[in-house]
Amino acid sequence: MVERRPSLSVLAHIIMVLGILVVAFPIYLAFIASTHTAQDIAQAPMPLLPGNNFWQTYSAALNGSGGGAGSNAPVARMMWVSLVTALVITFGKITISMLSAFAIVYFRFPFKGFFFWSIFVTLMLPVEVRIGPTYQVVSDLGMLNTYAGLTIPLIASATATFLFRQFFLTVPEEMVEAARMDGAGPMRFFWDILLPLSKTSIAALFVIQFIYGWNQYLWPLLATTSEDMYPVVIGIKRMIAGGEGGNEWNIVMATVILAMLPPTVVVVFMQRWFVKGLVDTEK
Amino acid sequence: MEKRVLFQSSWLPWALLAPQIAIISIFFFWPAGQAVLQSFQIQDAFGLSREWVGLENFRALFADEAYLESFKTTAVFSFLVAALGISISLLLAVFADRIVRGGLFYKTLLIVPYAVAPAVAGVLWIFMFSPSIGVVAYWLSQFFGFEANYLLNANHAMALIVTAAVWKQISYNFLFFLAGLQSIPKSLIEAAAIDGARPWRRFWTIQFPLLSPTTFFLLVINMVYSFFDTFAIIDATTHGGPGRDTAILVYKVYYDGFKALDLGGSAAQSVVLMVLVIALTVVQFRYVEKKVQY
Repeated sequence: MVERRPSLSVLAHIIMVLGILVVAFPIYLAFIASTHTAQDIAQAPMPLLPGNNFWQTYSAALNGSGGGAGSNAPVARMMWVSLVTALVITFGKITISMLSAFAIVYFRFPFKGFFFWSIFVTLMLPVEVRIGPTYQVVSDLGMLNTYAGLTIPLIASATATFLFRQFFLTVPEEMVEAARMDGAGPMRFFWDILLPLSKTSIAALFVIQFIYGWNQYLWPLLATTSEDMYPVVIGIKRMIAGGEGGNEWNIVMATVILAMLPPTVVVVFMQRWFVKGLVDTEK
Repeated sequence: MEKRVLFQSSWLPWALLAPQIAIISIFFFWPAGQAVLQSFQIQDAFGLSREWVGLENFRALFADEAYLESFKTTAVFSFLVAALGISISLLLAVFADRIVRGGLFYKTLLIVPYAVAPAVAGVLWIFMFSPSIGVVAYWLSQFFGFEANYLLNANHAMALIVTAAVWKQISYNFLFFLAGLQSIPKSLIEAAAIDGARPWRRFWTIQFPLLSPTTFFLLVINMVYSFFDTFAIIDATTHGGPGRDTAILVYKVYYDGFKALDLGGSAAQSVVLMVLVIALTVVQFRYVEKKVQY
């Protein structure tokens, strides 16, 4: 800073601590709730310090042996479904958008502009504006309650295609010339030069898309009806359907904590790429 | 912009594009086209018969008070989410920018809500404000005599979903503001300080104007966020209630199409939403980078 103002520095720390308290309190409370029994939480001021029901709550949640009035599907299965869905969406998006960006940047072919724009236009058609007919298509294709149905409709991504296009445009042309002179064909160039150069972009996209895939809500809500295909976010929603009195809140909150864990770990440990990804995908 | 050195192949580019094009045709353009078609038709709930009705669905839509109400709800909701989210994150970012030691620690904690699914964020907040078991609701009634009940009171319900939505979005806004602040040249600030401008003055005359492109960009992003991504928060908490008081446009499309089975009406709403997204996207691309100048 330009000048020393101890009072302002203290104020800065106070504001940050307040901000963090507000941000962290709901999560802290969820964790505390997950370490108590359902009865402890049901009586109005719930305890604010950890209880000793941690293992029981989490094993009941993971095995689906809770007694709540809503759904009691095993969370372990849901976590698996979420993980597979998120990973398929992430790698699917990265793969197909990298390939199409490669085609658009490194080849000349008829209707190139048309294809480029039709990918661009999908930005304007989020799932929310076409839920009815998309559901119809997926159900006609028999893809309800399958991993294919959960993932494929979400795999197309204009943002990732643009990100890779932008990046490919900055790769020096000498690279292509050199590769061609050495007799490399387009796919050889793609594998041996373009892919290694794109590592950071891929890492950045991985973080963003993993969170996107893991946190999907509206689409899985429509595309899954059987308990063994619920992603964990949908599982929570079905779990609290029992109404405030009927829910076993400790198990619900244990599930909430479990559902937050993988994306949080990805964001915190890949922070550098996460920030890069956020900034790049929005420009 | 195009490369001068290109590869030659008559089939390869098509093969590379095929997966992307197949998916967007089947899951984007076909359904969107269907939505437009259906908005001009009336279909019975079992899909047995359909009839062309021209603009009838749209006329019914805009004559429907519930729909106009939903527009108003959406406007209030997105205004509150954008205004609160942006001002709180700006405040945090400005102070985080001042902090030399421990900055990474604060930053790491502040980005966690980004990783939390909107539906999960909603559940976290109803857990605190639930009239029967919520600990914050209990404190409010115990210490302030304030009975918070989002199940019965429309304003409380709105406050709850706005809070959850803002809480979830703070991380995103914060990171962009922080990046914006850190890209302002230190020399400008130092020059102002030498001229005797105090931090408060420097913020309003230098930092805030230089942040205007970021702010405008975030405004658009937050609008889009509160229009669409908050569906999960609402569906997990208030279900559009009490009554229809928190049913924003997206929630209504879902409800009318999947719960009330009014396919034509729901499709017409989808078309209206599409127009809105297109408008927002155009604004975002045309103005964000060019028009907002310092």
